[in-house]
Amino acid sequence: MGNPRTLFDKIWDSHVVATQEDGTNLLYIDRHMVHEVTSPQAFEGLRNSGRKVRAPGQTLAVADHNVPTTDRSKGIENEESRIQVETLVQNTADFGVPYFPVEDVRQGVVHIVGPEQGFTLPGMTIVCGDSHTATHGAFGSLAFGIGTSEVEHVLATQTLLQKPAKNMLITVEGELAPGVTAKDITMEIIGRIGTAGGTGYVIEYAGSAIRDLSMEGRMTICNMAIEGGARAGIIAPDEKTFAYVKGRPMAPKGDAWEKAVAYWSTLPSDEGATYDHEIHIKAEDIAPVVTWGTSPEDVVAITDTVPNPKDSADPNKAAAMERALAYMGLTAGTPMTDVEIDKVFIGSCTNGRIEDLRAAAKIAEGQQVADGVHAMVVPGSGLVKMQAEEEGLDKVFKAAGFDWREPGCSMCLAMNDDKLKPGERCASTSNRNFEGRQGRDSRTHLVSPAMAAASAIKGKLADVREFI
Amino acid sequence: MDKFTTLTGIAAPLDLINIDTDMIIPKQFLKTIHRTGLGKNLFDEMRYESDGSPKADFVLNKEPYTGAQILVAGDNFGCGSSREHAPWALLDFGIRCVIAPSFADIFYNNCFKNGILPIKLPREVIDSLMEKANRGGNATFTIDLENQKVVDPDGKEYAFDVDEFRRHCLLNGLDDIGLTLQKSDKIESYEEARKEQAPWVFGASA
Repeated sequence: MGNPRTLFDKIWDSHVVATQEDGTNLLYIDRHMVHEVTSPQAFEGLRNSGRKVRAPGQTLAVADHNVPTTDRSKGIENEESRIQVETLVQNTADFGVPYFPVEDVRQGVVHIVGPEQGFTLPGMTIVCGDSHTATHGAFGSLAFGIGTSEVEHVLATQTLLQKPAKNMLITVEGELAPGVTAKDITMEIIGRIGTAGGTGYVIEYAGSAIRDLSMEGRMTICNMAIEGGARAGIIAPDEKTFAYVKGRPMAPKGDAWEKAVAYWSTLPSDEGATYDHEIHIKAEDIAPVVTWGTSPEDVVAITDTVPNPKDSADPNKAAAMERALAYMGLTAGTPMTDVEIDKVFIGSCTNGRIEDLRAAAKIAEGQQVADGVHAMVVPGSGLVKMQAEEEGLDKVFKAAGFDWREPGCSMCLAMNDDKLKPGERCASTSNRNFEGRQGRDSRTHLVSPAMAAASAIKGKLADVREFI
Repeated sequence: MDKFTTLTGIAAPLDLINIDTDMIIPKQFLKTIHRTGLGKNLFDEMRYESDGSPKADFVLNKEPYTGAQILVAGDNFGCGSSREHAPWALLDFGIRCVIAPSFADIFYNNCFKNGILPIKLPREVIDSLMEKANRGGNATFTIDLENQKVVDPDGKEYAFDVDEFRRHCLLNGLDDIGLTLQKSDKIESYEEARKEQAPWVFGASA
């Protein structure tokens, strides 16, 4: 046995095809997910140079970013969106890449579809032309977002040129307080390390509070690793992981399953493995949180007030805070729970899974969305929607005045018609509160699904603990 | 991809931290199926009023910065979405080099694939370059990739680091897919070995 290795080290080492003199590795890619927005120019590049897709059976395509979340039986009305989806249909047909059509029940947000199908498995390298590919790290795989040139590189060669990242360990030990969820953990971490805190690292999340999370919760944690600057977040695979994967359509079966589980069980970081940086957090120190500004690091507890730029020692940061307050239309010192909202968005690759919808429905049950608030629920996939309907969650939402919709990325990035009007304020379960993210001059407050539901009912940013 | 050897041009100051790729190119412009034509919408919401008229105080709307080829910016430039439309928009506008104290990883990678050179320099150097980039017509910088230095308008030189392989590809305008395909035999032997060890990796979605 060599030196103790981390989970990341083990996955990395097992995927190196070749190493250049300068230390750049040619890394083998096991899984490639493709969507309509970041792939057209990659397929065009292949076509122009007469290249093929090397491994269609390790590639899976689905349209998610600009599909409507209303009735889709009559196609997509917006011409540019329609052309982009049609281009994906044509490209996947031309190059023999498996594709889930928009009307297929398996369609959904790419990062929800991969795990659902068992396409995402432990110990793998997984890429997609989307920064939230980090989500798949919840399975103990190395998953990261890439640009379109790299999409083309993977399509053509099933490899990428990469240098190894540094290892960061973040542990969360202990029990979460009532009302605190995976979303609060991941936002709290970003608040502490900042949006560039993870740059150059792969973050391994560990500790009892992480192990205690469901697979859905673990996906929420890893999903936002990118918001902390890390290209990938990763969690050691365990019995919960195997139970989630077992029996899924693209997961190994029979003897291959036994062999796979034996292999996956060797992946967790070795005793004594070292990390370049470590952060240790106590679960009980985490409160339900909300963002106040235009960066995911602008995190405060829901019981806090809007912070004052004058309290920042860093002049660049203070200037950014001033700009954010002006954009958000907020005044320092205002209690977060006084902030009135116009819209609520429950969904996205961060929080569009069944457990998220259950958590929101639990708060919504028997309540009513506040007057003047439009609250949308967008399931992460057709299968999530079906499951939710089997459990009657759609009825709970509709009875409470929520708008129950078709799956897709929706108002997380507002590429389709689901967007905020200028100046509108939204409690959103998505991942980015950037300027303009949910529409020009839109104002986004990131929260957990339960907090979003509570906010819909109150008509203001709300503390979920009032409802439990 | 165009080669990048030396560049002499106007540097525009954009003194903000955490400039994300949604700011660089908002989502409504990601519906294109082409790489070109995005320059007019670079920094769209910062650059134009909602009626489409240019905001007079935005740096790239002011002479001589309408012809800027270099951008000087704050920490964590290019964070957020992986959209390569961000470097495509910069390139289409005419920007070939971005200088900042730090960059987000995916954006940083994407630049090299498009003949754009991202340069990391210490914050105190950026503060000085930011001030000099504010000199309008005199804000001419020279970027010398061969010798890895930035020359500011006062002739002051700053050395920068860049990964050797990426430098090589930029200097020669190399397409790295072509380079990787020269290693096809290595990829094949890797796949053969992996099929023994982890057969479930292959053919899953087919």
